[in-house]
Formats: sequence, structure tokens, C-alpha cells
Amino acid sequence: MRPFDYASPTKTDQVPALLGKSWGEVEILAGGSDLLSLMKDEITTPKRLVNIKQVDGLHAISNEGGALQLGTLVTLDRIGSAAQIQHQYPMLAAAAGDAASPQIRNVATIGGNLCQRPRCWYFRSGHGLLAQKDGKSMVLQGDNRYHAILGNDGPAYFVSPSTVAPVLIAYNAKVRIAGPRGTREVPVEKFFIIPKTDQEREHDLRPDEFITHVIVPPAPGVRAAHYEVRQKEAFDWPYATAAVALTMNASTVQSARVVMGHVAPVPWVSPEAAQALQGKAVTPATADQAAEAAVAKAKSLGHNEHKIHLARVAVKRAILAAAGSPARAALARDASEGGAA
Amino acid sequence: MADDNAKYGWPAAEQRSLIGKRISRVDGPDKVSGRAKYTYDLHRPGMLYGKVVRSPHAHAKVVSIDTSAAENLPGVKGVYIIQDKGSEIHWAGDDIVVIAAVDEPTAADAAHLVKVEYEVLPHFVDDFTQPKNIAENNAPLSPRDLFQMFNNDAPDDQVIAAAQKRGLAFQLTPEMTQRMKDNEVSETVIKALQAAPVKQPQPTNSPFRKESEQVKGDPDAAFKEAEVVSEGMYGCPVITHCCLESHGSIAEWTDSDHLFSHISTQNVSGLASQYAQSLKIPEANVHVHQDHVGGGFGSKFGIDRWGAYTAQLSKKVGGKPVRVMLERDAELTLAGCRPSAFAKVKVGAKKDGTLTAWQSDSWGTGGPGGGGAPPMPYVVNIPNQRKQHTAVATNIGPARAWRAPNHPQGCLITMGAIEDLAAKLGMDPLELMLKNIKLTAPAEDTFHRADTYRDELMIAADLIGWKKNWHPRGQGSGRGLGLAIHTWGGRGHESNCALTIHPTGSVEMKMGTQDLGVGTRTAILIVAGETLGLPINQIDLKIGDNQYPSSGGSGGSTTIGGVSSSTRRAAVDARDLLFAKVASALKAKPEELEAVRGTIRVKSAPSRSMTWKEACARLGTQPIQTLGKNPGPGDLISSGVGGAVMADVSVDMETGIVKMNKMVCVQDCGLVISMKTAESQVYGAMIMSIATTLYEEKIMDPNTGHMLNPNMDFYRLAGIGDVGELVVHMMTGKGYDERGPIGLGEPPTVGPMAAISNAVANAIGVRVPFLPITPDRVVAALKGGSNATV
Repeated sequence: MRPFDYASPTKTDQVPALLGKSWGEVEILAGGSDLLSLMKDEITTPKRLVNIKQVDGLHAISNEGGALQLGTLVTLDRIGSAAQIQHQYPMLAAAAGDAASPQIRNVATIGGNLCQRPRCWYFRSGHGLLAQKDGKSMVLQGDNRYHAILGNDGPAYFVSPSTVAPVLIAYNAKVRIAGPRGTREVPVEKFFIIPKTDQEREHDLRPDEFITHVIVPPAPGVRAAHYEVRQKEAFDWPYATAAVALTMNASTVQSARVVMGHVAPVPWVSPEAAQALQGKAVTPATADQAAEAAVAKAKSLGHNEHKIHLARVAVKRAILAAAGSPARAALARDASEGGAA
Repeated sequence: MADDNAKYGWPAAEQRSLIGKRISRVDGPDKVSGRAKYTYDLHRPGMLYGKVVRSPHAHAKVVSIDTSAAENLPGVKGVYIIQDKGSEIHWAGDDIVVIAAVDEPTAADAAHLVKVEYEVLPHFVDDFTQPKNIAENNAPLSPRDLFQMFNNDAPDDQVIAAAQKRGLAFQLTPEMTQRMKDNEVSETVIKALQAAPVKQPQPTNSPFRKESEQVKGDPDAAFKEAEVVSEGMYGCPVITHCCLESHGSIAEWTDSDHLFSHISTQNVSGLASQYAQSLKIPEANVHVHQDHVGGGFGSKFGIDRWGAYTAQLSKKVGGKPVRVMLERDAELTLAGCRPSAFAKVKVGAKKDGTLTAWQSDSWGTGGPGGGGAPPMPYVVNIPNQRKQHTAVATNIGPARAWRAPNHPQGCLITMGAIEDLAAKLGMDPLELMLKNIKLTAPAEDTFHRADTYRDELMIAADLIGWKKNWHPRGQGSGRGLGLAIHTWGGRGHESNCALTIHPTGSVEMKMGTQDLGVGTRTAILIVAGETLGLPINQIDLKIGDNQYPSSGGSGGSTTIGGVSSSTRRAAVDARDLLFAKVASALKAKPEELEAVRGTIRVKSAPSRSMTWKEACARLGTQPIQTLGKNPGPGDLISSGVGGAVMADVSVDMETGIVKMNKMVCVQDCGLVISMKTAESQVYGAMIMSIATTLYEEKIMDPNTGHMLNPNMDFYRLAGIGDVGELVVHMMTGKGYDERGPIGLGEPPTVGPMAAISNAVANAIGVRVPFLPITPDRVVAALKGGSNATV
């Protein structure tokens, strides 16, 4: 790890001025579970770290106009164990509570989870975000067994590593972003972008902005479930994940959100799968058709054909699990921290 | 001899108060509280930190090195060139230059300032593709070829045949001969090597070395007559040792020619000679110390290149302590590599399941030196055989011994092929194995091995519910059972134990052995406590230092036999000397006394006794000092064990994900000294093997020649949720106890890989040929895209 300056602001509006004008100069320290290893491996070598853990107002789980508001510093463990979230957004509680390991969930924050860097082994070996060498992609030329099957026209072939982001997108969540010009809100779905150069990042933040809150709208009547295809019971990167939220009209699907993780450089929303479910009762056959639609445009990079199949299974299982889950009541007005703070 | 056995022999079952009992490891509290200090935890006063400039190329020549900028960086105290210009580099990450600085970041900064120019050479890292149309290798044997063969436990006849046919590429020196003797290379092999012609080697660019075919019996006729023949592909990739505590040391010079090294090692007593040879100083000037080691698994017997340069660098900076511990990526890239083994196998049998013929065409790599053939057919000595092996030289890093070198690979391939044959016959593989059990008896079957296997298989079958739960292949909708049997030698190594009984009653022991976390301290104390009639917490045991009487390296399951027998001899001698001192006071002859529960008493009249302290007080000012040795008087140990493993798995037929339901290991290791830590040793072996079977693979990038997963994200190890229910049953009592303690580190790591792989085949209806059994491979096998048999 290389030497760096260290700043520890206490107010949100102090943060942007401490952040950099271009990526890589300054990094934000929250839980540090990803950042520390990136710095130790010198994948990122910031001149300054801005510790935001002392910033007021970013630690709370609260209720804002019927929506769930998560401060960017709320840990995955608190999201997983908050009774309010378990009750109103069970898919979110389950995904956060099942991520990584207990030790990591105790320090990893929701903001950090959305901003964590890809696990592409070429990127992590110091070959740059897009892993280009002499104008050619090391991913395409090399071992791409864990790489993207969707959104993989290049030059980015890594997969978005967050298992929580697809869940937030399925719930139509937004992020609130603070910068030098004030705050703005962006749907999580639009937050992630596919970079075209090594100098870009995988999201819509500018170098002097940071996430302050994640806001999840009420989800009355929504039936939701996520499914991860992974080898190990804990502390493992999945091959593919799927988050599905269904709004039902009696026994048929009125509308659906189907979002896949670990299949593309961004969490991959599948309107095709949602379309395939609309107006239909959820049966193994319709779930299968929707899952097929979700991966219809997927293509192998040479060594990751199996991921197409595994993503299809993840979508199918998430749809069936969502349909089998109880519908959720509206968020109670007086719901507070849910005892998890 | 009979007298020696009566004197030193192990106490009979009814007299044992500690041996074979479940006693918690003595260093457990230190380890769970963090009081136990590993080399990695130590920071010596004034210590400098080393960082290494590593080769970015998998195969290259060093053209030039410029360290001037690094040397001028403030905080840099020393720079040492490990491989100078002209050196050929054979793997990515190999050590080129090391820098000592006041802290790690400065050392890292300096490492970035070193300019190394390379001439990049072509590399080769693919051991997975079957080599085809390769001409048999006739090149004369290099020292490396020989080392590889010995390292891979190549059978004597294989080494002799190769030496006779190919000759040697070098002149055998008396030093080499002596070193082979020291490493227990057999006399016949050494003679054959001495007689072999010396030839000039021809240069070659091929990575493939096809060894001579080995034939036993008449395989052609046997296959012709076979009523059923099964063919299949089996194999496992290179895996790394992934020690939780990485390799490394802290070296310091106490004066200009005395070295003190704290090092993470399996070989406390064996390293001084390696340092001495490398540093050109007398062996007696080298002090090696280690309290605890965080994993070795066969990879920590040497000082290694990094141990040598850490000492060189310390010397260069005036003897100040210098610490170099490998980073996680270096640990996985450089410091561990179990050779791969793949094979195309054909097995022939009669309709009733009697095995008659074996043919294997195998290949594998152990890095630049290629890699020897695993023992095949493993344990089950099928009468007619034809075997062909091709060693594949690769730039993946050097091979190291990994628990039970070559056995897990041989077992996987053999037990897989036999299981597939059983499936083809529609026969229960347990029945087939029992039918052929006589083939498992070794040539010198002193201990009725075939009967041991039979008994163990029956116990394992009972523990896993084989009768109730086994179903013909593919008929269990994703759940299945599999089995394997395995063996190992495990005779105790050379060991010395210095034991002192002080007049105060305190007992002190010193041994230059090491506890790899397996309970060696506990076992030594159990033997001493049992013999002296003392609770183990009244004995002060010191190990982990080469200033103590030497003990062998902890490899090949040799430690328990070595340390327990030397301890027994030291303790019996000391106890008898104490008896001689106090006999008259108890009005008895020394041989009429016994040491029990902290007293010395007359066997026939226990009320005539004195406390241990009273007895020791009679020593006056002279402590009793004994040195117990192994080998030594009395037959205390033996060699050769059998074990049986059965696995119960569930496979998600859609995703191909394998989950362990249960695994049973029934294991023989002669006399069990420390039951609880012995069982733990087997649990650990099973857990390690689950990761090996389902997750582990050293994944190499074909283009850069770098390891792609030198981290614990994608070099997956099993977590507690992944291992299922584990059951250990140790064979004890008559037929086992009288053999004395035999090593246990290797055997239980052998069978699980094969048992799990067979259980998966039984569960899903087809063979997944190659490990690790990942979802993509299971899905491919289910689609028929594999080379599955049946």
C-alpha cells in the first residue's frame, strides 16, 4: 500500500471539495472491504482517502414519505437483520444478509456495495478496467469463464459484482447523490453504466460526487425473490443472480421487474422477461419462457457458455420463488429503524 | 529384543490412562486467544521489511538489471540481486531482486524503481489437453528428471529402467550419491544410476516427455478375454497449497557468521544444513526457531530461494533482522503446486466383476520439470497392466509435495475407473470392491491389509447407510454414494528426545520437532505423561528450535511414529532411573515399582508409595537426564495403513452444483496416541479434500502465463457450510494397537476426492471426468458433452 493523505469530514457538504477532479486521485473510505485490497494490490493508488464514516446523517435507516431511506453507511448486516426491511422488502433483506461473509457484512456499506469495483481477474491483476493489451482484449484472448454474457459487445467484458444492486433495481430504488452543485437523485437502474475507456468508472457518479442515500419506494402488493447460482454456501461470487419483483392482478402478473446480476458489466434489466410474464399466470412453463427471453440475446465469449444456462436457471427460479412468496403490505407509517440500528 | 519390547513397549489397553483418550490439544487456548505467535506475527526490534521484484514473464532471460534508483531512495537499506543478468526465468512471479527498507511501503516503492530488462521467451501452461503423437523420450536423465522421479515417488523399477535406457546427462558425484542415501533412495536404484551410461543431451523445444511403457502380465490377452471393458477419462488439475500463513522468514545475524532465523517451516531441525550450504557457513552457526506454523501440507521443508535471500539481505545490512513473508498472490503462485494427473483408462473384467486388465495413458505437469505418473492402478493390483505416461513441462511454477504425494491422483483415476466398470456391469461398487479385495494385499502383507480394507468398508457402509441408500447409477434423482480405499506408509522418522527430571519434581523435555497444528505437542505429552504417571500439564515441553535434539521434518506422516517412540524411550529410561533411586526406600526392587497418578508405588502393594515430588527429592542435586532415540530399542512403530472413504452427495441437476450431505472416513493408523487430535486430523483431511474436489484449481492464463486466481476470491476453499456431516471412525484394538503409532497426515487426504467424484457419477448418471467438479463441467457431462463412460 502506498502513502496517502487522509481526510475525515463530518458534514455532507464538506465531502465534494475533498474529492478529486478525475478518477483515481481520491477514494472514498466507508467500510473499506473492497478498497483496502485494491490499495494493497496497488490497483488503485489514491493520493487522498476521504473517510466518510464521521459524516452526520449517513448511518440511519429511516422512512421518508412511505419510502425506505438507507444512509449510504448502513451496513449489509443491518439491512439483512432490520425487522422492517425483512418485513417490507424481504428480497433486499435476504440479498444483503446473504452477501459475502458475516465479517464483511459487518463493515460493508450499502453505498460501497453499489460502488465496489469489478472482480475481473485481469482488472485485479493490474491490467486496467478494460484489460486491453496492444489494442486487444485480454479477456477475449484469455480465460473468460466468469465474464459477461450480456452487454458484452465490448470493450467492457467484466461483470457487475453487486448482488444487492439487481434487487434494488427490481424494487425501483433510487440513489441520492451529493456533489459540489447540490444533490440529485438517479434510479439505481440508470446509475450503472458500461465504461468505454479505462478512465471511466462503472457508474454515473462524477469524481467529486458520492452517494448519500439509497431510497426504496413502497412496494405494496409486490411479490419478490432473488436467486443466486453459486457453488459455496457463503463467501463466494455467484455465476449468475436474478432478482424478480411481481405485481399481481389476481392470479396473473400485472407487471414484472426481472434483473440479473453477474451477467453483464451492469446489473442487467430484462424487459423481455418482464414482457413474457405480463398478463400470464406464473407456472413452470411461463417462468421457463420468461427465463429463455431473459437470455435470448446472451452470447458466449468462448469460455462462459455455461453462464447463459445458469443465468436462465437463476431467472426461472427467482420467478417461481417470487410467485410463491406472500404479497407485501404497504410500509407502515410509523415504522422506524426496526430495532436494527 | 524381547527384553527391549518388554521394557519400552506400549502399555496394554487396560493400563492406559492417557494414550488413546480424547484430550484437547494443549496449545488450543493459545491459538484461539491469539497468544500463539506465528512467524508472520513477529516483528523484531529494528527489523527491516523486504519486498521482491518479480518476473512479469512466465519464461524469459534477464538481460540487465539496474538497481541504482532503488538504492538511492531514502529508507532503503539494502538491495540484493537474486537472479542476475543471464538467468533464465521459468515462471511468472519468480524472484529477481529483493529490497530491504525501513517499512513495507518504502520497500515497495523501491521495488518499483528497479529496472529489469528481459528477453521474453515462449511459455507453455496448458497441461489439460491430452498430448498426442508424442515420440517416446530418450533424452538422458538430468538431475532435475531424477529429482522429479524421486519427488513423485516413482517406483524403483521405473527409475532403473529409465536410467538403463536413457542414461544420465551428468556425472554422478559422491555428494549426489550421499544425498540420495540420505533421502532414502534405495540401494538398487543408486547402483543402477552408478552403472548408467553418461550421454550428451540433445536440445529440445518440446514440453512433452513420453516415458517408457510399463507392462505387467499379458494385458493384450487379458483385454481380449475380458467379458466387459469400461473406458473413461479421469483427472485433476494442479492445485496450490494455499497455506493460511504464507511462506517466509525473519533472518538476522547475531554476529558476522551466526544466523538466527524465525521461519515458517515443517522442518525445524533440517534447515540449518540448507542455510549452511547456501550461505557457506558451518551448520552449527545456524539457529532456527518456530513456535507455530500456519499450514504447510508438504510445501515447507526447505529454506526456499526466499529463505536464502532473506539471510543474504540481512547480512548485507549488517545483520539487522529482515523479514520477507510472501504476499497472498505470491504464496499461491510460487509456493504451492500439486502436480496434475489426467488419464485415459481402460479396465477389463469378468462378468462377475473380477478385475483382469488395466490400461492407462496418462499425462500431467508438475511445472518446468514435468511430472511423474501417479501410482496406478492404485491399491487394487490388477494382474495385467499396460501403462504409458507423458510428463508435460510447463511454466506454471515449481511442484511441491502435497499431502500424500501422487496418491490422491492415483486413487481418483483408479477408483473412478473401477466405479465406472461396476456401473457398466450394473453391479454395486462395494460388492465389486469386496469381490476383488484380495488384489489389495501388498506384496509383504504383514498386517492383513486386505482384511483391514474389508472391515473398514463394512464399517463405513454401515455409517453411511450404504445398503439402504445406494442405488444403481443415475437412479437417485441427483443424490448418490461413492467409495474409495487408500493407503500410506507413515513409519516414524528419526527423532531425539531429551528429558530431564529435576530434583524439584519438574519434568522438562526438549525436541527439535514442530507441531503443524495437528497435535504433536499434545501427543508427545500424552506419551511422556502416560509413562511417568503424571498429568500432562506437569511436563514442560519445548519444541520448535534446532538447538534441541534433532527430529525429522514433518512430512510423509512420519512425525507421530518418530516423536512418540523417542519420547517413550526417554521417559522409560528416566522413570527406571528414578525407580532405582527410590526402590530401597520403598523396600522393593526397581522393577517392582510403577509410576501411576503422580506417585511411585509398589505394583503388588500400592499402599507402599511416595509422591512424585518426594521421589524426585531423593535425587539430591543430580537431575535425571535421558536421551530417547528413534530408531532405538524395542519394536515401537511400524508402517502401512489402510482407510476407506464413503461420500453422500446431492447434485442440483439443473445448475450442476454439488453439495456434500455426508462423508465417512474409516481409518487405521496403528496405535492411536491422541484420539481427539487424530480424529481432527481426519476431519481436516476430509474438509481439505472437499475443496480440492469441488473448487480448487490453479487457473493459468494462456496468454500471459500468469495465475489468474492467486487470491481467495476465486481460489475457493470450503467453508463450514459446504462440508456436510463428517464422520470419523478410527480402527483400534487388536490387530491395530500392537503395531504402534503410524502416521496419519497423509492417508485420509487420499480417498475423499475419488469417493466424492464417484458419488457424483452415481448421483447424475454420468462421469464428470475432471476435477474440480464445477457447475459447467456437471452441466456439460449431463448434456453428454464429456468423455463420460457408460
